[in-house]
Parts: sequence; C-alpha cells; structure tokens
Amino acid sequence: MAFADQFWQLTVTGLVIGSVYAVIALGYTLVYGVLQLINFAHSEVFMFGAFGGVFATRALLPSGNISATESIGLVLLGLGIGALCGGLAAFALERTAYRPLRRRGAPRLAYLISAIGASLFASNLAGKEFGRDSVNIPKDLFDYNTQVFSVFGARVSKQDLVVFVVALALLLLLDRLVSGTRLGQGIRSVAQDSDTASLMGVNVERIIVMTFVLGGLLAGAGGFLYAMKFNASFTMGFIPGVKAFTAAVLGGIGNVRGAVLGGIVLGLVENYGQFFLGAQNLDVVAFLVLVLILLVRPSGLLGERLGRAA
Amino acid sequence: MRLSVLETKRLAACLGLGLLLAVITGPSGSQDHPSSGIRGSLLDVRVVDFLLFGLVVWALAFGLRRARQTEAVSGPTAQLRQTVRTALDRRGARPTSYLAMLLVAILVPLALAPAAQLSLFLDIGIYALLALGLNVVVGYAGLLDLGYIAFYAIGAYVTAYFTSASALPIHAPFLLNPFFVFPVAVAVAALAGIILGGPTLRLRGDYLAIVTLGFGEIVQILARNSDGVTNGSRGAFGVPGLSMHLGPLEYVFPRTKALPYYYLLLTILVLVMIAFSQLERSRVGRALAAIREDEVAAEASGVPTLRYKLVAFAIGASTSGFAGVLFATKQFFNPETFSLQASILVLTIVIFGGMGSLFGVVLGAVVLQGLAYVLRDPIPFIGFQVADADRFIYFGAVIIIMMVFRPQGLVPSRRRSREIKLSEQGLGHADAITGASEVKP
Amino acid sequence: MTTADDSVLQVENVTLRFGGLVSLNDVSMSVPRGAVSAVIGPNGAGKTSLFNCLTGAYKPQEGQVWFTPAGGTRSQLVGRTPHKITHLGVARTFQNIRLFPALTALENVQVGVESRQKSGAISAMLHLPRSTRDDRESVAEAVSLLEFVGLPHRIHEVSAALPYGDQRRLEIARALGTKPSLLLLDEPAAGTNPAEKRDLERLITRIADTGVSVLLIEHDMRLVMSVATQVTVLNFGEVIAQGRPEEVQRNPAVVEAYLGTATDDQEASA
Ligand SMILES: Nc1ncnc2c1ncn2[C@@H]1O[C@H](COP(=O)(O)OP(=O)(O)OP(=O)(O)O)[C@@H](O)[C@H]1O
Ligand SMILES: [Mg+2]
Repeated sequence: MAFADQFWQLTVTGLVIGSVYAVIALGYTLVYGVLQLINFAHSEVFMFGAFGGVFATRALLPSGNISATESIGLVLLGLGIGALCGGLAAFALERTAYRPLRRRGAPRLAYLISAIGASLFASNLAGKEFGRDSVNIPKDLFDYNTQVFSVFGARVSKQDLVVFVVALALLLLLDRLVSGTRLGQGIRSVAQDSDTASLMGVNVERIIVMTFVLGGLLAGAGGFLYAMKFNASFTMGFIPGVKAFTAAVLGGIGNVRGAVLGGIVLGLVENYGQFFLGAQNLDVVAFLVLVLILLVRPSGLLGERLGRAA
Repeated sequence: MRLSVLETKRLAACLGLGLLLAVITGPSGSQDHPSSGIRGSLLDVRVVDFLLFGLVVWALAFGLRRARQTEAVSGPTAQLRQTVRTALDRRGARPTSYLAMLLVAILVPLALAPAAQLSLFLDIGIYALLALGLNVVVGYAGLLDLGYIAFYAIGAYVTAYFTSASALPIHAPFLLNPFFVFPVAVAVAALAGIILGGPTLRLRGDYLAIVTLGFGEIVQILARNSDGVTNGSRGAFGVPGLSMHLGPLEYVFPRTKALPYYYLLLTILVLVMIAFSQLERSRVGRALAAIREDEVAAEASGVPTLRYKLVAFAIGASTSGFAGVLFATKQFFNPETFSLQASILVLTIVIFGGMGSLFGVVLGAVVLQGLAYVLRDPIPFIGFQVADADRFIYFGAVIIIMMVFRPQGLVPSRRRSREIKLSEQGLGHADAITGASEVKP
Repeated sequence: MTTADDSVLQVENVTLRFGGLVSLNDVSMSVPRGAVSAVIGPNGAGKTSLFNCLTGAYKPQEGQVWFTPAGGTRSQLVGRTPHKITHLGVARTFQNIRLFPALTALENVQVGVESRQKSGAISAMLHLPRSTRDDRESVAEAVSLLEFVGLPHRIHEVSAALPYGDQRRLEIARALGTKPSLLLLDEPAAGTNPAEKRDLERLITRIADTGVSVLLIEHDMRLVMSVATQVTVLNFGEVIAQGRPEEVQRNPAVVEAYLGTATDDQEASA
C-alpha cells in the first residue's frame, strides 16, 4: 500500500497519540522548568493515573446497558480519578525522593538516581498490587470503536475523538493556568531564577510542590486517556515516558507550548515513520527523533524558555 | 510529654512508612481484585507489627536527635556513631579488607551447593564486574548511564555471532575461540559507546541519562524484532563454552559446572579492580575528578572535558561488553535478559556499595544479590521471603534510601564522599551533570 | 601603542552582547610580551567578560583575538574551546576562586601540569612505564610550583580547607602548571590582607621574571601602579584609556569614570 493511501489514517492516529504525549510532556517540561532536572519517575505517575482511572470505571460500571449520560459521566469520572491518583503520586514522589535531597543541597546526579529508584519502586509495587497483566477499560463503557466520521477516507473512532478532544482541553487549560494565574506566575518566576523569586517573596518550596502536583494531575489524566486507547499495566509508563520526554525536548524543554507542539509532531512523525520501518519499530522512530533533535537542535523547535534566560 | 508539630509529623511519617512496609511485604493483588493485596496487608493483625516497627523507628530517631542535642560528643551513643562512621569512612583502601574479601571469595564457594555456585557466578560475579564498569561512569565521571546493559547485550550477541555456527541465524565467516572474542566484543561495545556518547556528552549531563535509557530499550526492541539476525525472542542457544588451547595447556570449561567459570571470573575481577584503581590514581582519574568538581575550571586548566567523559563512558561500555562475552559462554540468553531493570540493578549495586569505591561496589553486588538469592526461600522462623518478581521493589527502595540518607554509599570512596559533603555546602559539584554550559552566553 | 611584533596578545574590535546588554563594545587592545599589564575599570565594566572572551568561556559576536606564544605562530583564539586555548598557552584564574575543592593542593596543581601530558587511560590501567613516568614528573613539577608560590607546607591539604589567600595562590600555581606564555589573573588580591598583598606583588613580579606575560584585573590601584607597565581602562564595555600607569591615572576620562561610579555606589548603598 502506498504511503499516500495511508497518509490520512496515519495522521489521525498520530494526532491522537501525539496529543497524549503532549499532556505527559507538560509534566516533564514544568518540572524541568523549575528544577532543571529530568523527572525520571514521571512515567510512574502516569501509570498510577491510568490504573486509578481504569479501576474506577471498572468498579463503578453498572451492569446491563448504560445510557449515554452514564457513559460520559463514567469517562469523566475515570479522568478525574486518574488525575487525582497522578497528582497524589507526584506529591508523594516529591516528598520522598526529591525534597530530602533539596534540603541537603545534594548534587544533581543524586536527584536523577533517586528518581530512577522511585520509578523502579513504584512500577514494581504496582505490578505486585495490581497484577502483572494488562487491564482495559470495561468493554461496555462506550462503543469506542464506532466510526464517528472520516477525514479524507481516514476513519476517526469515537475513542480517538474523545482522547483528542479531552487532551486538547487539558492543554488549553494548562496554558491558561501557566500564563494567566498567580500560580502560573509563580512557576514562571521560579523557572526564570529561583533565588530572585525567593527574594521577591515567592514561596519556592510551595511552587515546586505545586508544579509536581500539576504535572501529576495532567499525567494522571493522560494515563487514563492512554489506557482508553491501549490498556494499563505496571510497565506501561516507560515507553510513553521516554516519548513524552522526547516531545518536551523536541519542543524546547521548559517551554510549555513547545511541549504541546513537540508531542503532536512526535506523534505524527512516529506514525509516518513506522509506515516505512514497520509497525514493530514504532518506538525506534521516537528514539531516532530524540537523538536527531539533540544532535541538530538541542534547544528544540521553539527554544528553551521557562528555565533559562533566552 | 507534648510533641512538637515537627515531631508529630515525623511520627506520622514513620507510621506511614510502617504501613507501606506492610503493603510491600504483604500479599499480592491482581487486576481483578486490585485492592485485595492492600486490604490483605492492612486489615490483618500483621499490620500491628508494622505500626509498632514504625513507632520504634521514630522513637529511636527521636532519642538519637535528643541525645545529639543534649549529650556531649563523648556520650556513649555519639561515640558509637562516631566509631561506626569512622570505621565505615576509611575502609576501602585498606589492603586487609581486600585480602579478607579475596579469601572469602576463594574459599566459600567450595562449600556451596551447585545451584548456589551458579548463582554466585551469574548473579554476584557477573554483576560485580558490571558494577565495576558502571562505577567508572557514575563514580569516576559523575555521569548517569541508564542503558548500560545494552553493551552487555552487544557483548553477548557478538560472542554468539563469532563463536557458534548455530546459535544465531547468521554467523561470522570464520569462527573464533571465545577467548579471542573478548577483544572483539570490547571493541564493538566501546565503539557503540563512543557513537552514542560522542554527540550526547556535548549536552547537559542528564541528556546522557535519557539517551542511554532510550538506547537500552531500542537495543532490546531490535534484538526482539530482528528474527533473521538475533533469533528474536527465542534467543541464542548453543554458544560454545570457554576452552583454552595454549600449546600443551588444554582446558575446556565444562558448561555444566559453575566453579571453573567462577574462578576465572574472580581472576578477572581482581585484575579489573587493580586496573581501575590505577586508573583512578592516574592523571586520567584526577582529570575526571576535576571535571566532576568544576567543569569550567577543569577546561581552563587544559582538561579536554568532553574527551575524558567519552573515555570513561567507553571504558564502562567495554567492561559491560566484556562481561557479556563471559556470560554468553555459560548461559542461554534472549532479549529479555537485557531489560531496563537489569541496567538499574547494576546502578543499584553501585549506589548501594558506594560510587567511586571499588571495594564498595563489589561488596554491593555480594550483599544485594546475595540477599536476593537467600530471600528466594522463606527465612526460617520468620517465614519472610521475596518473590523474584518483587525484588525490584526492594532495589528501588534501596536506591531512594541511599540517596536520602547515605549518598556516598555503604563503603564510600574517600574522595567521592568528601566531594559530596563539600558540594552540599556549595563547593564544587560532585557530578558532571551541570556541564560547562553555565558560562555560555 | 605597542606594535604587533612585541605583543603576546592582540584584541581587535571585540563585541560581546547578552541579549540586549552590550558587555563589551568594540574593544581593541594589546598585551606586551614579557611584562605585567593590567585591566582596570569600575564594577560591571566588562573586565571579567573580556577574560572570558580571551579564554574561550564566552564567544564574542564580533572581533578577533590573536595570540602569539613565545617563539610560536600567531593564532586566532575566538571560536576555540577553553582547553585548547590553555594548551596554546593562555592560562587564567577566576575572580571567585574555582579550585577543585575536594582535591588536595598537590592534586589541584597536578591537574594543570598533566594537561600537557599524553599518556592515556589504557597505559594508566596497565601501569605502563609512560604512565608512571608522567605521574612522577607531574608530582615533581607540582611540588616545585607549590614551593614557587609559597605553599610547600600545604601540599597534602584539601584545597577547600585552605585559607583564602592560600587558595588564590594555589589557583595561580595550577594555572602555571599548564606552562602558559600568558597568565590572566582576575582580581588576585581581592579579599587578601595587606601582608598577603605584598607577597602577591612579589609573586607576580617573579612570574614575569620567568618570562611569562601577565595580564591582571585589579581594583587595588597601589598594586597596579607598582607591578604593571601598561594599564587598559574599561568603562561600560569600552576602552577609555590605555598607556603607562601614571599617564592613565591622570587621564580625565578615567578620573571621571571612577568618580562617577563612586557616587553611584554611595547612592546604591544609601
Ligand atoms: N553570563 C552572563 N549573562 C548575562 N550578563 C552577563 C554575563 N556575564 C556578564 N554579564 C554582564 O556583563 C557586564 C560586565 O560584567 P563583568 O563581570 O565582565 O564585569 P567586571 O568588570 O568583571 O566587574 P567586577 O569588577 O564587578 O568583577 C555586567 O553588566 C554583567 O551583568
Ligand atoms: Mg569581574
């Protein structure tokens, strides 16, 4: 089959999955902005969100046929609980793996290692508690495979639409939050220069925690979206985690709009790329993108903004 | 007695820790009953033990803090702490501890059962070697390599390719004795390291961590998907064992016995430790220390920082490749052998033992892997046991605990722990993560 | 003006900007060979930025820096990495002392000395003769440098534990270890007491006597007057005067620049 025939279908898939990458990438970019650190445990925050949402919808699904309102309500509930679980996980992570090191003024290597430890701990604990096989959202939640409409012959399923629209809404929400609220202003000022921010009366510790939680809420909701499209499992965080980080770097780490652009671009590129390299090498494409962007333009498409002075 | 807000918080944290411990050690859940493990752990009398444990931890810590505030430094607890600390803080370099370790390493295996001997070779020996190599990256260069096991995979697959006509779908036009594969595998792994590290090390140090993380995963995916080259997930069967044909000296390492492999590995370990301690004390080791502590000043003192970081990274990669050869001649492997968790396990050993400390990382391999082996079966009387799949929960916890409470590790390197302490007071960096980029306009 | 023939360094039209801020504006100057010269100027004038441009830490947007080591060929410094510039023969110290804090005094100097050695990681691991020879030589050279700067009693002390004045001298020893033709000292007397200042003055003269050209940034005018044969004055990133110390001191523009900032300082601290 020629690339041209597949183009629109690949574009649809790329946009949908790319929007989820964007949602997760925001967590990396926000934390990178305020701490100049890769939060290696962010992928596990995402995983907890996915489990939270999936288990909630499974537990609350009424037996028998469900109405459209019930279905919408449940999806929103799954999202909410997913976000909540993500936020909580991020909070716990910050408390245990980051804050004690910050108090001591530990070297940056220590943060990276501690976050890796947290990631290993969390994913394996989840494996023990939630089983080591994958779980799906309930089959009867909604008829997710139904085609809603088609663009240039590419089918867009209900699920695709839901994931894309929700992700877009989250992205807009966050963008407003960062640019238009006091919290966002605090985050930006800490990202620019935490010493100065502290002198200006910003409670830097609180901003750091809030940044983690904000990233966690998003990743948790993103986890549920991802689980809707695929499934949830204790190792699920890793690959989307690396990809979301790639997206963040692609857009310019520390740059909120860059992360969104990076996510979408990465989703598209990896789907076009897999057409040529084979579906089993989908993940290889993302890695190539990461290496390429670091080689060619390490400051990303839109440049690094939050973290460093331009 | 009234508790301050801070102490109450600490008490709550300790009790929370007890509950977490109860969940970790308690029954497992499943996807259909996701809360059953947690309920089984917390709604059971055993939770009382764990709460008590939390209480005891808090009380001890509270007592210690009290003692430190009120007692003179000469008080018994303080003295004890001081003794323990100095004992731990100076080891390493003392030849007697190395000698003792060597004696134990030579004698104890003779008394073990065959299964334990095999584990000694595969889980402790090989991982000690891997940890020594990663220590050059993490301990000496102050960098983070999260795809370290990929070089081990490269070593193993290169061995299969060059030594066996049947282990993989393809093989070299001429087959080699495994001993001659060592230099080949080391060279290939080093080359892979240089190709990967060259472009990445120019950037901030944490980018190396994420690129290696991705690299480790990609190598595994490629090994899994390239049926025509690597046999895919079926893996490599029938790599010949080691054999020596040096004139009159003929020896074939029996594949069914672990001890000959073990003693060969022990010899290699000793040689590698000697080589790396020479390295640390040489101009290269000093240059790496300089880079860790202040990359800008190192550059200004004429140290080509990028080249040295690359050298350290390549040395780590080649050690990993070397270990891969040794492993492949003894054991069947497939792509799952080279998981991310294996990379992080090696990291855990380095962190636990003490980054930068040769004695420490080897001891780390012995203690962590030894414990994991012992805990596969229930401990007499307590009945405590750790399922293989659950090991990594504990390893993850070990990493966090070390980073929070003892970043220099169990048996620290003196130079490294001094660095960490100084950097916490704002002097120098103790890693090469920040890079020289801080002065670029 | 010095001519190209007897100058070790020629700076031509160097401009350095940070975003909108112009830190160095069209700076041209030359550093005479085998002598001590100085760069002076009020706080924020761009002196350290100039050093950073000379040593490759910053890359100026415009201009050239030509360096001619004793008996060597002229080479362009802009665009080279810092360690390459050090290898060519330009060494420096930092305004806010940057030693390797956990290394001993000896090891600090060894790092500088060893930047000229060639033996690599493999010969170190195998303990080959060239590696042991390098090691012996670096210790010997580092010890004699520590004696030269007056720190023979500090050899095995951790550098972070040294008194401030000793740290400054240790940094000079480390820089000398790279065998520079030109040594850049960024405020070597800052934070030292009068006795240490006199020692430093003698040390700088002795360094120049060994044939090393010295360029120093210094606020202490008495020190500048006594050691330097040429002074360049920077203000707001521009060269406002260059010449013999006593000429420069009488230059109205210089007086004005200093008085101007003095008032600013008083206002700022008020
Ligand atoms: N990395 C940088 N980023 C932004 N601005 C910089 C940077 N380095 C220097 N500057 C600016 O360039 C100007 C000159 O600074 P510089 O440090 O060169 O002054 P100086 O003459 O050495 O002052 P002092 O006597 O206080 O050491 C200052 O306005 C400073 O803020
Ligand atoms: Mg200055």
